[in-house]
Amino acid sequence: MEKKTVLMLKERAAKIRMHSVEAVYGAKSGHPGGSLSIADVITYLYFHKMNVDPANPKMENRDRFVLSKGHCCPALYAALAEKGYFDVSELKKLRKLGAMLQGHPDMKGIPGIDMSTGSLGQGFSTACGMAAVAKRKGYDWRVYTALGDGEIEEGQVWEAAMFANQYKLNNLIAFIDCNGYQIDGAVEDVMNPHPVDEKFRAFGWFVTVIDGHDFEAIDNAVTEAINSGKPAAIVCKTVKGKGVSFMENNYTWHGKAPKDDEYAIAAKELNDAWEKAAEDVKNG
Amino acid sequence: MAEKEATRAAYGRKLAELGEKYDFYVLDADLSGSTQTAVFAKKYPERFFNAGIAEGNMISVAAGIAASGVPAFASSFAMFACGRAFEQIRNSVAYPNLPVKICASHAGITVGEDGATHQFCEDMAIMRALPNMTVVCPADSASTEALLEEIVNYDGPVYMRLGRYAVPQFYEKGEREFKLGKGIVLADGSDVTIVATGIMVAAAMEARELLAAEGINAAVIDIHTIKPLDVELIKEYAEKTGNIVTTEEHSVIGGLGDAVISALAETACAKVVKHGIDDVFGTSAPAGVLLEHYKLNATGIVEKVKKLLNK
Ligand SMILES: Cc1ncc(C[n+]2csc(CCOP(=O)(O)OP(=O)(O)O)c2C)c(N)n1
Ligand SMILES: [Mg+2]
Repeated sequence: MEKKTVLMLKERAAKIRMHSVEAVYGAKSGHPGGSLSIADVITYLYFHKMNVDPANPKMENRDRFVLSKGHCCPALYAALAEKGYFDVSELKKLRKLGAMLQGHPDMKGIPGIDMSTGSLGQGFSTACGMAAVAKRKGYDWRVYTALGDGEIEEGQVWEAAMFANQYKLNNLIAFIDCNGYQIDGAVEDVMNPHPVDEKFRAFGWFVTVIDGHDFEAIDNAVTEAINSGKPAAIVCKTVKGKGVSFMENNYTWHGKAPKDDEYAIAAKELNDAWEKAAEDVKNG
Repeated sequence: MAEKEATRAAYGRKLAELGEKYDFYVLDADLSGSTQTAVFAKKYPERFFNAGIAEGNMISVAAGIAASGVPAFASSFAMFACGRAFEQIRNSVAYPNLPVKICASHAGITVGEDGATHQFCEDMAIMRALPNMTVVCPADSASTEALLEEIVNYDGPVYMRLGRYAVPQFYEKGEREFKLGKGIVLADGSDVTIVATGIMVAAAMEARELLAAEGINAAVIDIHTIKPLDVELIKEYAEKTGNIVTTEEHSVIGGLGDAVISALAETACAKVVKHGIDDVFGTSAPAGVLLEHYKLNATGIVEKVKKLLNK
């Protein structure tokens, strides 16, 4: 990946983090922690990898993305807005009466959302269904999906993993956002899903483990995944709450909005990071 | 009147208290802070299991625990405890008639901002359909606590519907006797009977005041147990007032309204109008805003009563 591209992606991701936290703050509810941990993967997909057209959200041969951990939609909505699917001002209406942007992704009402999600585990299976159609019909689009490390405790996830292997869905790439936390605490303490990599491998998947905040690592992993000829799980080591000092690795920020004083701190940190990233883009 | 409180808070508190007197286990699915089973978990860690985000497994594990002689409480959001795990409830709990108590929080539209995927307004309909299942929907904290003790003492499957939203405190503690399957007449009347459940009980009493100002005399009944339904009481008031409006924070399909209509179908001694969520998915907004939006309030009930009475 060219240095220029990395810098561009860093700037886009910084912007998406700003929007995510602002939207949750405005809604007085929502899920900042997991939005911030998956922001880089979503940025990579929409601003570098996926064949999509915001002017034609239902384009037939587009790549698909299913946010199986649907509660982290603030990051996805921010990416779609920045990409031009809808106006950035929509983000301020998140979760309010009559708003287009629902608390969980709604494919019927929101341009760019490929699947309605929110009930954990189901998005992964729907991604398998999409990939299966592409395989059977010989379409060359790919299906990307993102799951949480708590989400993979659902039995349905492993039913889907078996399905993908059975039907050789080598056009399916799943990012597992291993930020270490779910709602009630650290994943190891609540219901240990590890070793995640060995589990997927045992299910017949190609697996690679990376730093989920490193764009070059993400890009290399996706290339390897595509070349592997198998359904692929990219296990991303991430930081829950990434970019906001007091949210990082603190599970209590899974699903609540910052108060005014907290938001002031978060907004400053995220804005500073964005200004620096924008400066880096300018300076090359 | 005491401060507003969500029924899930009363549940968490009372469950921990009942743990002193009764032997049972408690399970949750990564939502113990939200459902408030965390209070019990902290007090009795050796009697608590966090099943992780795996509701189907949680319900069947609870059934195995119950089959081994220890009653089990299982909690999550209604959408997942009852929706996701429906078939496990049917075949591992209801069919073998085991003492598993599914106490589900965040039921109904008052989930609020999380939106349609989490606003489960069909839970009572599907739980009611199950043989052996008792379905309970308390109005406030005092009734939740009293009914919870009834549930602990009842040897069979129970579904208890709890809310996220802080609601007015309606009953004084110890003021009334709560018995599973027995409705409570809160006010007598002659023109119409408002049959209410859950958070709509308080709204029904408010509606009664509004109606009184217009010369309409409404009786109000709290049906905290949807199944088994207090058919006798409902028939009595159907005959007495000839008009019934049912009100629930639930779909008009399959819930309290349909239970009441079924109970009266043979006698046809009253006209019945249902008030609830009209066969639509919900939407994201704060709970209070949604109650207004869907007219799940006193004015919504008044409108239905007037329509029924042609006023
Ligand atoms: C089936 C289901 N059960 C429970 C929930 C409630 N819930 C929402 S997020 C969450 C924790 C998710 O943890 P994780 O997958 O690790 O997400 P992340 O850390 O990326 O936010 C839970 C239990 C849900 N949305 N769906
Ligand atoms: Mg996580």
